[in-house]
Amino acid sequence: MAADSALTNGADSQRLRWKYLDRILSRPGPFTDPDWEPGEAVIEGLSRAKILVIGAGGLGCEILKNLALSGFKDIHVIDMDTIDVSNLNRQFLFRHADVGKYKADVAARFVEKRVKGVKITPYCGKIQDKDEDYYMQFAMVVCGLDSIEARRWINATLVGLFNEEDPDSLKPLIDGGTEGFKGQARVVFPTMTSCIECQLDMHAPRAAVPLCTLATIPRQPQHCIEWAHIIAWEEERKDITLDTDDPEHITWLFQKALKRAQEFNISGVTYSMTQGVVKNIIPAIASTNAIVAASCCNEAFKLATNSNPFLGIPETDNYMMYTGDESIYTYTFQHIKKPDCPVCGNLAKNLEVDSKSTLQEFIDSLAERPEAQLKKPTIRTEAKSLYYQSPPALEEQTRPNLSKKLSELVSDGEEVAIQDPAFQIAFKFKLVFKK
Amino acid sequence: MTGTTPPILQGPTSKEKKYDRQLRLWAASGQAALEESHILLINSGPGVVGVETLKNLVLPGIGNFTILDSTIVSEEDLGVNFFLEEEQLGGFRAEHTCNLLKELNPDVQGSYITERIESFLLKADALKPYTLILVTAPIAPELLSKLSANAETSAIPTFYIHCTGFYSHFSIHLPPAFPIVDTHPDPETTTDLRLLAPWPELSQYTAEKTSGLMEMNHHDHGHVPYLCLLLYYLEEWKKTHDGQVPQNYKEKTAFRQTVSQGARTDNAEGGEENYDEAVAAVLKSLNPAELKSSVKEVFDASECKLLTADSPDFWIIANAIWSFYVARGALPLPGSVPDMKAQSADYVQLQNVYKSKARADLSEVLQRVRGLEKKLGKTKTAEEKEVELFCKNAAHIKLVRGRPFHVVQPGKGVKWEDRAKAAVQGLTNPESLILIYIAFLAFDIFTSTHAADALGGAAKIPGETDAEADAEKVTGIAFKIIDDLIKEAGTVVEDPDYSEAKSKAAEFVQEIVRAGGAELHNIAALTGGLVSQEVIKVITKQYVPVDNTCIFDGVRSKTSVLRF
Ligand SMILES: [Zn+2]
Repeated sequence: MAADSALTNGADSQRLRWKYLDRILSRPGPFTDPDWEPGEAVIEGLSRAKILVIGAGGLGCEILKNLALSGFKDIHVIDMDTIDVSNLNRQFLFRHADVGKYKADVAARFVEKRVKGVKITPYCGKIQDKDEDYYMQFAMVVCGLDSIEARRWINATLVGLFNEEDPDSLKPLIDGGTEGFKGQARVVFPTMTSCIECQLDMHAPRAAVPLCTLATIPRQPQHCIEWAHIIAWEEERKDITLDTDDPEHITWLFQKALKRAQEFNISGVTYSMTQGVVKNIIPAIASTNAIVAASCCNEAFKLATNSNPFLGIPETDNYMMYTGDESIYTYTFQHIKKPDCPVCGNLAKNLEVDSKSTLQEFIDSLAERPEAQLKKPTIRTEAKSLYYQSPPALEEQTRPNLSKKLSELVSDGEEVAIQDPAFQIAFKFKLVFKK
Repeated sequence: MTGTTPPILQGPTSKEKKYDRQLRLWAASGQAALEESHILLINSGPGVVGVETLKNLVLPGIGNFTILDSTIVSEEDLGVNFFLEEEQLGGFRAEHTCNLLKELNPDVQGSYITERIESFLLKADALKPYTLILVTAPIAPELLSKLSANAETSAIPTFYIHCTGFYSHFSIHLPPAFPIVDTHPDPETTTDLRLLAPWPELSQYTAEKTSGLMEMNHHDHGHVPYLCLLLYYLEEWKKTHDGQVPQNYKEKTAFRQTVSQGARTDNAEGGEENYDEAVAAVLKSLNPAELKSSVKEVFDASECKLLTADSPDFWIIANAIWSFYVARGALPLPGSVPDMKAQSADYVQLQNVYKSKARADLSEVLQRVRGLEKKLGKTKTAEEKEVELFCKNAAHIKLVRGRPFHVVQPGKGVKWEDRAKAAVQGLTNPESLILIYIAFLAFDIFTSTHAADALGGAAKIPGETDAEADAEKVTGIAFKIIDDLIKEAGTVVEDPDYSEAKSKAAEFVQEIVRAGGAELHNIAALTGGLVSQEVIKVITKQYVPVDNTCIFDGVRSKTSVLRF
C-alpha cells in the first residue's frame, strides 16, 4: 500500500520525506473518481507539472511555500515589485536586509533553499512582457495579485490562448484576493466556466468623490487629502512627478491637507490617513493571506493530481468567498458564465447610457462603471471612429466628438467596440439609451 | 511651507511602518495587546498546523511564544513543515521550528521545551506564564482533560486543533464570560441618526437649515443636508397623520414619494443629490431603535445585574448603560454622521450637534459608572476612554459564553447536553459539517482505545498502515456516536435521512482514515490561518471570535461554525 516502497527513482530517504503526501496520493478516497488510479503515475505527474505563480507578495509568498510542499517541482514566478518595509508583517520570505531587492528573486531563492529538490524560476518584470508561447508552457496559473488590471490581463490572455483543437491550450486559472479579514479563491476554466471578467462586478471600484466637493465643499478629512493630491499638487508642484513612496511628498500632501482641513474646521487628517488615501492602501494581514493562498493551492493540488474533486469543474462550485471578521463564514458557489462577457462571451454587453450626456462624460464614466472599469478607452462603432486616445493625429481628428451628445453620435442600441491600452482585446458594448 | 508653522517632521515610527497594513484594522490598542501576549503551542503529530498558526502570529508581532514538543526531526517532517531544514534531522523539532519562526520577526521572543507533555503537566503552575494555549491532536484524553480543566479554572483561552488529510477542525474554550466591546460592525449598517426622536438641538438645527426651503435659490436648496430634509418632511407628514411618523412599509413608501417630489428638476443638473440621498435613506433610517438580542443578553446577564466590588469594569459600564437605557429609552448616541451633500460649514455644524449629544450622553453614563464604583467601594476606577468606547459601540457589544470542548474518554460516549437537539438537526442539514466533526471524534476515540505500544509511546493513528480495516472500526464508532446523540436528544431521525447521514459519515471517516494521520501542507496552512485569526481576535478582544467550533472541508472548500 505505502508508496515509499513502490517508488524506485531517487534515494529512498529522499522519498521518505514525502511520506504523508505519497500516502494520500497512493490511496483512493470516497470522493475520487472510480477510474482514478492512485500511486506512482500521479506522483510523477505532479512532479512534472509546470506551474506559474503570478505575484510574490503577501499571497505569492504563501503560494510558493505551499506549492513546494505540495509536491510541485517546477514552479515559475513573476513579480515586478521590490521589497518594502511595510511588506514584512506578512511576506514571510523577506527579511529587513532584503528591502529594495526584487520580490520574485528573493522568494524563489528562499523556497528553493528550504525545500530541497524544487526548482523555482523567477522573472522580475511585468506579465505583459511575456507572449503567448511563454504562457502556453504551463499546466496552470495561480494568481496572488492586488491589481485588478493585471488579473484582467492574464484572464483575457488565457481565454485568448484556448484553441478548441488543442486540449493542452486550456490553462486553468486559480485566483486569490484579500482585503483585511475578507478574501476569495476562485478557479476559471477559460471559455468553459465564468471568467474574471464575468465576475468583474463582484469587485466594484470605490466611488470617486466629485471634483466640486474637493474644490469647494470638503466635509471629510479624506476630501482635504484628495484635494491636496489632485488639485494642490498640480497647482504648486506640477514639475515634480508625485512619488507616493517618497516620504517628503507624502509629508507635503499631509501638511497641505491639514492646513485645508483647519480652514474648514474639519478634524481627523493624519499622516497615516494621507498615506492610505493617496496610495489607496488596503489592509492586509498574514492570517487572511494564509487562508486564501492555501485555498488556491489546495485547488491546484487537487487539479494536478485528481486526488479529490476541485472547484471549477463545469456546472459545479467555482468560487469561495471568505469572511473572517465576525466569526468565520464561507460561501462557496457556482458563479455563472455571462453570455455577454466581453472576454469569454460572444454577445455584446448592454450598457445603459444617458443619450444627453456627452462622449467625454461617457468616457469618464467608463472608469467607474463596475462592469467596464476602462481608464483610457478608444471607441468606435462599426461605421466610424468616435474617439482615439492615440496616435496624436487621430486623437486630434476625433477630439471634437468629445463635446457632442451621445444621441448625435450613435443610435439607441448601437454596438460599439472599446479598446484600452491595458488589454489586448476589444470590449463589445451595446449602448442602450436610458428612458 | 510658511515659516511660521513648525514643520511636522515625524512620519510614522519604524514599527508603525512595519505594521501599517494591520494597524489599519486593530489599531495601536490591538497591537499592544498582541505584544503583551505569551502563547504556548503544545505540538504533536506531523505538527504543521501548530507551526503555521504561530507563523501568522509571529509576523504581526505577538510578544512571546513557546513550543512544547518532544518530537525528533525526521525525514517526513521535511516534506511537510516549512520551518525545518535538512541539517536539523535528528534534532529537536521544538528547538528548530522555534528558531526558524523567530527569524520572521526580531521583535518576537520565542522559546521551546523538549520535555514530554506528561511530565511537563505534572509541575505545579506549568501553564501559568501563558495567556493563551494551542493544543494540536493527537493527544491522550487524560492530558487534554487536564488542559481543559486548566482553561476552566484559570480562564486561559485554550484551542484544540485537529488537522488530517483534507479536513480540519478546531474548538475554542473561552472564559465563561468573554465580552467584546470593539466588534467592528460594518459602518454601512450601523449609522444611528435618531431621526424618529430628534433632541432639541437637532430640531433647532433643522429648523434653521430648512427655513424658507421653498424660496431658497437652487444652490442652497441643493445643499440642505439630507438628514434635515427627512426631518423637515417628517414634520410635514405628521401634520396630516395625527402626529404619527410613517409606521409601515406602505406608509414609508408613500413618505419616500413625498420627499422625492420635493426635489427640483428645473436646475442645471436636472435633479438634486441631497434629495437622492434622502430618498435612499428613508427605508433604513426610519426604524424605531430596538436592542439587538446580543445586547439584551449582556444586560440580562447575572454579572450585569449583580455587581460586586470584584466586578470587571465591563460589567459596571454595562450596568450603567443599562440604567441609562431604562431612564432615556435609548442607548447613548454614538455621535458619528455619514458623509452627505452639504456645505462644509453646515456639515461641520451638524457633526457638532451629534458630537455634543454623544458627549452629553457619555458624561451621564460616566456619572452613573462613578456612582456604582463608589457604592461598590472600588478603588480602581474604569478609564474614561473605556467608557467612551463602550458608549460608541453600545448597540453592537457582544458576549461570548465560553464552554469546554469535547474531550473523548475511552469507554465513555460523547455528551452533547443542551446542544443535543441542535446537533441532531445538523445531521440532516446538507450545509452543516457536523458529520465531519463526528468523524474526528470517532478518530479521537479510536486513538484513545488503541493506545500506545507497550512502551507507552505514541498512540496508534487510524489508517497508518491498514486503511480499510481501520476505516471500518472508526465508522462503527462514528455510527455509535450518531445513535447516542439521537438518543440523548430524545428524538428519532427517520429514514431515508438516517441512512443518508450514516452513509455520509462513513465517507467522511474513510477520507480521514485515508490520510492515516498525515497533514497536507495546504490544509494545515489554511487551518493555521483560521486559528491565528481567531487567536488575534481573542487576544485583542476585537471583532467576533468563533463560538466555539469551526470545521473545514478541503474537498468541497467549505467551512461551518457550530456551537457544542
Ligand atoms: Zn467571461
